Amino acid sequence: MKHIPHKLIILLALAATGLAQPMFALTAADTLKQLEQSAKQTDPTFKGVSAQRGERLFKTTHGAEWSCASCHSDNPAASGKHAKTGKVIAPLAPAANAERFTRQDKVEKWFRRNCNDVLNRACTASEQADVLAYLMSIKS
Amino acid sequence: MNFSIPTISFILALLASGLTSAHAGEHLYSANNPKWKTECSACHLAYPPQLLPAESWRAMMTQLDKHFGADASLDAKTAAEISAFLQANAGRNKREATGKSPLRITETRWFKQEHDEVPARVWSSAAVKQPSNCAACHTQAERGDFSERSLRIPR
Repeated sequence: MKHIPHKLIILLALAATGLAQPMFALTAADTLKQLEQSAKQTDPTFKGVSAQRGERLFKTTHGAEWSCASCHSDNPAASGKHAKTGKVIAPLAPAANAERFTRQDKVEKWFRRNCNDVLNRACTASEQADVLAYLMSIKS
Repeated sequence: MNFSIPTISFILALLASGLTSAHAGEHLYSANNPKWKTECSACHLAYPPQLLPAESWRAMMTQLDKHFGADASLDAKTAAEISAFLQANAGRNKREATGKSPLRITETRWFKQEHDEVPARVWSSAAVKQPSNCAACHTQAERGDFSERSLRIPR
């Protein structure tokens, strides 16, 4: 051990912590930018995101039993509760939970599942962008 | 037929071990897979694979987009890994007498027998709400420990 330079040990230690911690490839703001980009490409009528539209989408039902708020609560900065199983769901607003919307695979998985449950269809990119804009407008 | 005493003891021991695994047992489930744990516990307790027969898990994992009224779909690779884990560690004694392979753990004959002493008021209490809520009484359920010593019926 004597011959290993300290700097190397520190670097190795840093690398090890990096591996142990979840790596956030994106910030929520990056994710919002990507969704906006995708909305521009897929929807010719898209004129920018609206947190107000996102809030309405989030809090109202759309022909099915549940709204987003049924599980995530009316206050996405607080914990929610699964409407069926009762399992506690960590806050969805990035201000209250820094992990949210930082991994593209999870963002895609949960929008796919939950839009299907709430709207009986996939959400458009502009709808996803609106909802994220709303969630990002909430200060914890 | 003449059975020697050691033979009879052996048969009795076999019968006893069979009964133990089917009914009482240690109620400790240790099979683990990180993807199973992460994905299945996202919405509910990651129910131990031993609690359903392989046929039930196989069927369940092919219709995750309609999972007890919710879309729980996964990418194909993750679903295949979890399905293989569930089937490899599935229960072997718990099929319904009818030969059907139920998807709900709470509808298996085994589950009903294990819980036949639980009064109706406990099932409908605010703390339990539904029989799938294992952790309401099995305080160490998340660790796969369903033993009697970790059992606390909420008042």
